[in-house]
Amino acid sequence: MAPYDKPETPIIASRRDFLAGAAGLVIAVSLPVRARAHKGGHGPSRAAFAPNAFVRVAPDNIITVLIKNIEFGQGPWTGLATLVAEEMDADWGQIRAEHAPSNPALYSDPMLGMQLTGGSASMATSYDLMRKAGATARAMLVAAAAKAWGVPAGEIAVDKGVLSHPAGHQGSFGDFAEAAADETAPEDPPLKTADQFTFIGDEKLPKLDTAEKSNGAAEFTLDVYRGGMLTAVVAHPNRFGATVASFDDSAARAVPGVVDVKQVSAGVAVLAENTYAALKGRKALSVEWDESAAESRDTETILSECEAAAQARGAIAHEAGDVDDALANAETVLEADFLFPYLAHAPMEPLDAVIERSADGGVEAWIGSQGTTLDHQMIANVCGVDLAQVKLHVMLAGGSFGRRAQMTSHLAQEAAEIFMAAGGDRAVKLMWTREDDIRGGYYRPVTVHHLRGGLDADGEIIAWEQTVAGQSFAAGTPFEAFMVRNGVDIMMVEGASETPYAVANNAVSAHIIQNPVSTLWWRSVGHTHTGYAVECFIDELLEAGGKDPVAGRLALMTDDYARLAGTLEKAAEIAGWGRDMPEGRALGVASVKSFNSYVSQVAEVSIEGGVPRVHKVWCAVDCGVAVNPEIIRAQMEGGIGYALSAILFNEITLDETGAVEQSNFHDYRSLRISEMPEVEVAIIASDEAPTGVGEPGVPPLGPAVANAVRRLTGAAPRRLPMIRNDFQA
Amino acid sequence: MALTLKINGKDRNVDVDGETPLLWVLRDDLRLTGTKFGCGVAQCGACTVYVNGQPRRSCVTPVETLEGAEVTTIEGLEGREADAVRAAWAEYDTPQCGYCQSGQIMTAAALLQRNPNPTDEDIDNALAGNICRCATYVRIRKAVKAAGERLEG
Repeated sequence: MAPYDKPETPIIASRRDFLAGAAGLVIAVSLPVRARAHKGGHGPSRAAFAPNAFVRVAPDNIITVLIKNIEFGQGPWTGLATLVAEEMDADWGQIRAEHAPSNPALYSDPMLGMQLTGGSASMATSYDLMRKAGATARAMLVAAAAKAWGVPAGEIAVDKGVLSHPAGHQGSFGDFAEAAADETAPEDPPLKTADQFTFIGDEKLPKLDTAEKSNGAAEFTLDVYRGGMLTAVVAHPNRFGATVASFDDSAARAVPGVVDVKQVSAGVAVLAENTYAALKGRKALSVEWDESAAESRDTETILSECEAAAQARGAIAHEAGDVDDALANAETVLEADFLFPYLAHAPMEPLDAVIERSADGGVEAWIGSQGTTLDHQMIANVCGVDLAQVKLHVMLAGGSFGRRAQMTSHLAQEAAEIFMAAGGDRAVKLMWTREDDIRGGYYRPVTVHHLRGGLDADGEIIAWEQTVAGQSFAAGTPFEAFMVRNGVDIMMVEGASETPYAVANNAVSAHIIQNPVSTLWWRSVGHTHTGYAVECFIDELLEAGGKDPVAGRLALMTDDYARLAGTLEKAAEIAGWGRDMPEGRALGVASVKSFNSYVSQVAEVSIEGGVPRVHKVWCAVDCGVAVNPEIIRAQMEGGIGYALSAILFNEITLDETGAVEQSNFHDYRSLRISEMPEVEVAIIASDEAPTGVGEPGVPPLGPAVANAVRRLTGAAPRRLPMIRNDFQA
Repeated sequence: MALTLKINGKDRNVDVDGETPLLWVLRDDLRLTGTKFGCGVAQCGACTVYVNGQPRRSCVTPVETLEGAEVTTIEGLEGREADAVRAAWAEYDTPQCGYCQSGQIMTAAALLQRNPNPTDEDIDNALAGNICRCATYVRIRKAVKAAGERLEG
C-alpha cells in the first residue's frame, strides 16, 4: 500500500501558470507560421512535411497524426486522426497515429492548461484544433502543387489523398511533402461543413490500432526493454500513512539476480536483473514500518463517520427556495442514506514506468502517462534536471479509468526516486503487481449521501435536500485552488449541485472528511456516486408520488436538459418501456448528464441466487456530432460493463487494523463475459459540437439496475456493492 | 538452469531460475512481449499461451516443467482459426485498450479449434477466465461467433 509524500515543490504554482500554458497553446496552434522540415521516421532521406504540431506528411505518402491524448482504449488515436483525415481529404489507409511526446507548450488541454487526458475531453478539445491542423496541411500541400503545376490553387481537387487538376495533373500528398514545407501556413483555413463530411460519422471506419492489438505487437510500458535495464518492485506498507522505520535486506540481496535494495519515499525498492528475481527479492525482504501516523480504522468506521456527518447540512453547493420550510410542510417526506465504498480502478496493465539516463545527461522516460505534464515535472524535480532535459514518451496503456493521472504523480515519483537511488546510470523499469494495484490506494473515495425529499398532496416533488460527505482528493493539492470552493470540492457534488429536475426548494451541501487513505478520480468521478444517489432517489420519490419513472422524469426535466430528455425518450422507446415483463424481471431507468454528454439507460434485471442479473441494457447517448459512431457504441458498452462490475461486486475494505483486505481479482472481482448483458446503443443525431464518451456511459448504469431491483424486490439497494445483499424477488 | 524451449516452432535456449514462470521467460529473456502480465495468479487470462496446443496460464507455469514442450504465443499463433479470429476482431474493432487481447484471442482460437460453431453460452463458458476491464465483451462475443461462421462457411 502506498501513502505517498506530497512533492515539496508545488507542481503548478498558481492558476495563472495554468492559464499561461493555455495561452502558449493558442499561439502554437492558431499561428503555425512556419512549416518545419522534419527528418521523420518515414522516408529514408527526404524530409517529412510537418505543417504544425499535429500532422506529419512523409514523402512515402504516410500521414502521421500526433495525438495529444493518451490512448488507453477510449479511442483518441482513431478519433483525432479522423478529424485530420477529414479536412485533408486523405485516404484512410495512409493515416497513422502516434502519441505526441510530452510538450505542454504544444499539446496542452486548452481547458486545463497542461497536457493531461481527463474529463472525457479529448474529442471536445480537439474538434476544431485537429480539423484546423488537417485543413492547414491540405492548404499547404495544394499550394505546393499549384506552384509545381503552374495552376491556381482553387482549381486543384483533393480526393482520397490524390491531388488533381483538370488539365491532367495528378499527384499524391507525399509527392508534395517537401515542397509544401516552404509554403506559408494559412491563418484561418476554411473547415468543412457537416454535409461535406466523409470520415466524420462513418459507421465503418476501421480503428487504427486494432491490428497491432490483435497480434501482440502493440507496445505498452511493460513491453519497453532498454539495454542493461533493471526491474524494480517496491515493498509498500500495509497501512495508509505508514512509513519505513527500518529494513533488513540481507535475504533479499542473497536472491540470485537481485542487484540492489533502496529505500524510497513510498517504501523499499528491490532492483534485479529480471522480473522474477525482483519479485523473489521483495518476498525475502523484511521491513519494519512506522505506523504512528497510519490509518488504523476499518472501513465501517470511516463510513460511519461520513454517515454521521451527512445528517447535518454541510458547506452549501447549491440552494434555492426554502427547503426546510418545504420539508416541514410536505405531505410526505422520504429519507435515504446511500453508501459508496472505496473502489480500485484495476486497469488490466498494472502501473509501470521505465526511466533511463540519456546521452546528454538528461533523462528519458516511458510511461502510460495520463497526467503527462505533472509526470514530466515530477521526473525533472526528482532527477534534478531541467524540464527540457526530460524526454517523456507517452505509451499505450492497458486501461486507466483515471488511475494513470494522479495529482501527486506518485508513480513517476517512485520510478524516478528508484532510478536516482540506484545511481542514475542503469535504466530502471518499475513494475507494480496486481496486489500493489489493489492495495495501493488512489481509490474512488468512500462517500455517503443523505437525502430528504418532500411531496405535496398531489405527489409533486417540492423539496430536495442532499448532503454529501466524503474525501476530497483535490484538497491539499495544487488543484485545490480551483476545485474546492467555499468548502465544497466541485468533484464531490458534480451531478448533485445541478440536477436535470426542477424542484423549487432544494439544498445541496458537502462535508469534506479527510483521512490517510489516498483517493482519486475514477471513471466519471463524482458522477459515480451522485448519479446513483440522485437517480435512485428521484425514482423513489416519483414512485411515492404515483408517477411513472420515465414520464415523471420527463415532466421534471428543465429546458437546459432537453437533450437529456431526448435520450430518455429514445432509451424508453428502444427498451419498450411499459411493456409486460416476463415473471421475475423488471426494467429500471436512469438519465445522467456528465462531461457535457447526455446518456439514458434502461436495464432489464432479474435476481439469481440473491444477486441482480442484468440481461440487457438499452442506452441512448447524445454526444453532439458522432465523429466515430462505432467508438461511441463501444464506449457505452464498455462503460456499462465497467460500471456493472463495480455496483455488483466491488469494494475495497480495510480491516480493524486499517489493512486492505483485498489483493487480486479473486477477491476484487471483475465482471466476466458470462455476466455481461446484451447492450443496444442508440446515438442521437446532433449538430452540436462533439463531447466525450469515455466516462458518460458509466453513471446511469448503477441506478438503472438499482431501480429495477427495487421494483422487483421492494428493497432499494442503497449500499454498494449490491452483492452485500441477499435479494429475494 | 539451462533449458531448451520450443517456442513458436523454434528451439530457444535460456538459462534461468527453473521456478521462473514461463511468462517472465517469454518477456524478459525472449522479448516475446505480446503475452501480458495481469494478475500473476491465473485469475485474468492475459498471459494465456498454448503448451502442446492447450491454453495455459503462463504466469503460474514454472519454466522447468516445459523442457521439450511446444509453446505457442500470440506472436506465433497462426492457422485457420487464428486467421478467422483476427479477421472477426477487425470486423468488430474488438480491442479497446488491447492489453488483454492476446489472451482473449488465444482462448478464442482454442475454442474454435474444438468447437467451430459455438453458442453464446459456449463462448461465455470458454472465455469466462479472460478478464477485460474495458469490458469489450459484447464485441468479443460477436467476433467469436463471426469467426466461427467464417470457418464453417
